[in-house]
Amino acid sequence: MMFDERPDKDNPLTVSQLTAQVKGILEGSLLLRNIWIQGEVSNARQYASGHWYFTLKDGGSSLKCVMWRSAAANQPIAPEDGASLLARGKITVYERSGEYQLQVDQLRPLGVGDLYAQLEEIKARLVAEGLTDASRKRELPALPWRIGVVTSPDAAAFQDVLNVLRRRFPLGEVILSPTQVQGADAPPQIVRAIERLNAGDLCDVILVCRGGGSIEDLWAFNHEMVARAVALSRLPTVTGVGHETDTTLVDYVSDYRAPTPSAAAETVTRFAVDLPAYVEQGRFDLDALMAARLDGLRGALEQTEQRMQAASPERAIQSARQTVDRLADRLGARTESRLSVLHERLASEARALDAANPTGLLARGYALVRRLDNGAVVRSASEVEAGEGITIQVQDGRFNARVVDEGGLL
Amino acid sequence: MSDEIGSMAFEQAFSALQEAVTRLESGEMTLEESVALYERGRLLAARCQALLDAAELRVRQVSGAN
Repeated sequence: MMFDERPDKDNPLTVSQLTAQVKGILEGSLLLRNIWIQGEVSNARQYASGHWYFTLKDGGSSLKCVMWRSAAANQPIAPEDGASLLARGKITVYERSGEYQLQVDQLRPLGVGDLYAQLEEIKARLVAEGLTDASRKRELPALPWRIGVVTSPDAAAFQDVLNVLRRRFPLGEVILSPTQVQGADAPPQIVRAIERLNAGDLCDVILVCRGGGSIEDLWAFNHEMVARAVALSRLPTVTGVGHETDTTLVDYVSDYRAPTPSAAAETVTRFAVDLPAYVEQGRFDLDALMAARLDGLRGALEQTEQRMQAASPERAIQSARQTVDRLADRLGARTESRLSVLHERLASEARALDAANPTGLLARGYALVRRLDNGAVVRSASEVEAGEGITIQVQDGRFNARVVDEGGLL
Repeated sequence: MSDEIGSMAFEQAFSALQEAVTRLESGEMTLEESVALYERGRLLAARCQALLDAAELRVRQVSGAN
């Protein structure tokens, strides 16, 4: 072996020396490397360093186990108390306490069948508690100005989400709550990432994302604690885990299940993408409403003007003027007829006067006879005697004559 | 007024624009008021447009990853 002489009373080993010997023996043994151990987990605890410590046990014995952070990051499951699982690793010795332990590099559930049975069991529990009810699903905000993203910043899925949001909703803000999305550490980290966003009220909606991968890669999203964190998130959640064909536990309890991370980003921007069109519509509505308003006012003004014209005194004035005209006509007619009567009367008077005018009689051939000596008008034949001079006046002059004989009375 | 609009965030300007449209639709105001509201609405729409044109997605990371 490793010492020259067997240690005895005179030549003892120190504890450290012995432990070092044991360590050398155990860690050097090929039989104790790359071995698979089956057992039930207890006293599981993760330290701030990221390392896991737990105990594997069965009915008869127990085995201390350690899983370094680097190994933990790549496991499909975490060592949860009570879980039966397979652990692979090598036996190492922790010298300070003189204890041997299994240094775990892989953890596997006890057969995939068990894993799915476990999943169904958890799912049934969530269903029974009503956490998957459609009535619990909340409406997603139409315009999520701050979009929380729970994912690994290094993953392609995150870039996919950013690309979609950049294209569809550049006005928004992304709040990345970083977490591992696979490995034993992933479930508690995802839970904390969700809680961080909720606690600080840091966003309007939470996308829980992971790109495609094997079912083991996605297994963190089948963890009960992750499903419960999603279900109990005060902020509405959208899950986009894996590809379209993958469904993980979180999909049943989120407010909206998107088939992929990109689809999740598209879902939360389903209205936001139309913002430019809404602004355009708003401007169009403004113009249309203002034009309609002005048209309406113009129409009302025209109508009022028409009514005013209808009610104006002009028409009454016109009709009054007509009446006056008509009256004036009638008055004129009356006056004329009266005048003609007067004219007629005047004419007849004139005629009478003419008749009385001796010169008129003379015109008709009568003659006026006067005595030559005294000019007296001779009215009777008896007023003259033969031989007496008389003056006879006719229409255009007079002449003297001598009575030839008396002639006698008629 | 345009100074006030010029410092508005998109969501503010956008909801103010929507409100202006709604109020114009109701039509219960004087002509002068509706002209003023219309002009304000045009400024709000222009503000929204400018913000849309200039927008770039901001990304922020919350601390306490582990």
